[in-house]
Amino acid sequence: MAQAATETGIRPSALRLFWDRWSGVLVPILAVFTALVVGAFIIGVTGADWQAAYIGLWEGAFGSPRAFADTVVRSTPFIICGLCVALAFKAGLFNIGAEGQLYAGAVASVVIGTTLQMPAIFHIPAALIAGALGGAAWAAIAGFLKARTGAHEVINTIMLNYIALRMTDWLIRSKTPYILGDPADTTGARSRLVAETARLPGIQVGSSTILHLGIPLALVLVFVVAWLLYRTTLGFEMRTAGTNPHAARYAGINVPRTIILAMAIAGSLAGIAGAIEVIGVRGALSADFFSGLGFDAIAVALLARANPVGIIFSGLLWGGLLTGARLMQVRASLSIDVIKIVQALIIMFVAADQIVRFIYRLPKRKPGEETQLSKGWGG
Amino acid sequence: MTQNGQERPVVLEARNITKRFPGVVANDNVSLKLYKGEVLALLGENGAGKSTLMNILYGLYHQDEGEIFVKGELVRITNPHESIARGIGMVHQHFQLVPVMTVTENIILGNEVTRGPFLNRKQAAERIRAISAQYNLAVDPDALVADLDVGAQQRVEIIKALYRNADILILDEPTAVLTPQEADDLVRVMRTLTAQGTSIIFITHKLREVLEVADRIIVLRSGKVVGETTPAQATEASLAAMMVGREVILKVEKQPARPGAIVLEVRGLRVRDDRQLLAVKGVDLEVRAGEILGIAGVQGNGQTELVAALTGLRPSEAGTIRIDGVDVTNATPRQISELGVAHIPEDRQRDGLVASYPLTDNSVLELYYLPPFARGIVRNDQAINEHCARLVKEFDVRTPGITVPASSLSGGNQQKLIVAREFSRQLKLLIAAQPTRGIDVGSIEFIHNQIVKKRDEGVAVLLVSAELDEILSLADRIAVMYHGQIVATVRNGELSREELGLLMAGATLDRSVSIEV
Repeated sequence: MAQAATETGIRPSALRLFWDRWSGVLVPILAVFTALVVGAFIIGVTGADWQAAYIGLWEGAFGSPRAFADTVVRSTPFIICGLCVALAFKAGLFNIGAEGQLYAGAVASVVIGTTLQMPAIFHIPAALIAGALGGAAWAAIAGFLKARTGAHEVINTIMLNYIALRMTDWLIRSKTPYILGDPADTTGARSRLVAETARLPGIQVGSSTILHLGIPLALVLVFVVAWLLYRTTLGFEMRTAGTNPHAARYAGINVPRTIILAMAIAGSLAGIAGAIEVIGVRGALSADFFSGLGFDAIAVALLARANPVGIIFSGLLWGGLLTGARLMQVRASLSIDVIKIVQALIIMFVAADQIVRFIYRLPKRKPGEETQLSKGWGG
Repeated sequence: MTQNGQERPVVLEARNITKRFPGVVANDNVSLKLYKGEVLALLGENGAGKSTLMNILYGLYHQDEGEIFVKGELVRITNPHESIARGIGMVHQHFQLVPVMTVTENIILGNEVTRGPFLNRKQAAERIRAISAQYNLAVDPDALVADLDVGAQQRVEIIKALYRNADILILDEPTAVLTPQEADDLVRVMRTLTAQGTSIIFITHKLREVLEVADRIIVLRSGKVVGETTPAQATEASLAAMMVGREVILKVEKQPARPGAIVLEVRGLRVRDDRQLLAVKGVDLEVRAGEILGIAGVQGNGQTELVAALTGLRPSEAGTIRIDGVDVTNATPRQISELGVAHIPEDRQRDGLVASYPLTDNSVLELYYLPPFARGIVRNDQAINEHCARLVKEFDVRTPGITVPASSLSGGNQQKLIVAREFSRQLKLLIAAQPTRGIDVGSIEFIHNQIVKKRDEGVAVLLVSAELDEILSLADRIAVMYHGQIVATVRNGELSREELGLLMAGATLDRSVSIEV
């Protein structure tokens, strides 16, 4: 009753209906736009030319086939890790651990890629599956702790991130004996190179960019995740446990099992992303490899409102911002940190979407459900 | 109480109030007058617009059109502080009290009497005692609210309003949580208040109380005032007809039960609640095929925990539960459900539905994994949609479509969807907890008839309800639950309403009660 005290009382007009239908798309777009406007002011304040900066950003990200190829390659792990965060989110879990799960998957795929010898047709799937299992196992730890003890997954996944990062570092840098480290690499900063048979095939674009097989795989995963969530009983169980655990229990769903499973599936996605980066892009793993990719994935998922198809676009935006930053830096002699500021602003405006709604005079979000209509009145 | 109110001054008037929500007109040109010292009953089904109107008067909403006059003065109330300042107090259905604070602290909260930077509890307590004596509202100012029973907590809410000098009281479904005796006490309090000049708007959908306590009755239907009457001119049947727009059969038509074999057998069941206190303290009961066993009792006497244990949602500490001879003590909800047990849960918003899911998903909430709704792990949306459309049609669920979220339905229609879903499979045992709580007369009638129909098909029914009238009209046998125990089991008709009320309140009867097992 009091919940609906913020009702606006606007008549259901055509505009309103349009809004109800499209707000999920409009708010993120307006948030990005607003962030770019605020970013332009910040660039202006630093004394640089914001127009040159943004033109550079655009051209650097999407201006040429080569730039676009770079953006796509860069976006691929964002898309897959965004799916990881989104899937967990649909199951009511806030997975901050994509970073750790990336490392777990990457380490597993490095092990398979460097130690086994077999034809590519087996070696590539084996490396990918190893990555998936590594990520799944790592994420399942947090899922298990949540399901059995109630320990909050946010805390546990953050802690597991540190453990994964430091363990990877040690596995690579250890020299007595060498574990994953490459005795041939004097800096000691990377693992041995994976066998050629484990490398993902791809199409060379320009001098250094390879459009590898992981890119179509990411698109397939988008549809697999959407199918899993909305077309299978398992997805129904995960969404129900996430939306209303009480109703899930009532419906006979084993909620603890579903939580563990959802975390494991989410983790397997991050693990696959880690494996693709290893066998698709660099051929080896280094300690600072992902540098916050798993955290940015939270932003990618949030921007897409955990919608799998939307993640294709938010992932491309993220990859594009990072790829275009270099040219922007050159054109407007700006620090690359400005891009980080714009990214942070986007997230702020998406998270605090009431601000966006206020700026553009859009209807307020109703408490709880956007579609919830009747709970506000009646005896 | 049939004085002619028209000669007294009008203390509150609403003129042509219209309030629209997206897609619905909640109040459509509603006008009402409240005279000094009267009880005005506002009667209507769920979704009729009673709460919207009261929330407008109390300042929680603002009307789109229309005017409000308080004591003759045109006012624009934009928040509850203003309404309180103008003497309007509201007692919500769900009390707004802080359990860990004392009565005095709760009452002065937000309106603290201070001496320098410190609270002056003593002075406040004095005033509370004075109010309590003046209106015969017995309550100890120093008691902790958590230690008070529901009736006393309600008195605290009333004193809270009076303490703020309210002379217009809005009581929103005040009797929903009370025992019959407590409800009688409340009626006495309302009389004392009106005798001393307080005016009361009494919101309810219980017809008996309206006739007992109101001076005037206004009936709302679909946001409009459809009639104004007095208890002298009205009967329960005429009020019900006004509320739903057609004649309603208030008594459930049913044949005598023909009990068959024992379906549910509970022996020595002990269950703990969330705070790990023993809530069910050794319950024995059995329900036979083709009979309805009604569990009567004031809420909070262990019924919730009993039902949770029977349906696998809460572990039992001791005792056994057998369904059709199968031991299901501490079995999972799914194991129990697969034996042919349906559960209409007490809290439909929390347990029975996923509010944001479309009706289709909700219509298969616990059947989703079974054919034809799933092939392997793949959902069969077509089968789900057909199933949902059939339920909506058969159970007359009023909805614009099957893909709208469950939260967009009224409470009665949500409940009909749940009942439809639970009845849509082969049943041996139906466990119905508060199946008609907070829903409209039309839906109640429908659900009651469906429950009786299931009984006649040979289903064993365990009905748990805090509404004694519901138990009396549906049950074949009645078990009274008090403080976690079954204190009496009788055939329906053996005890009067009053005697059952006494048992529910923990009293023992002077005459011996035949306890049948």
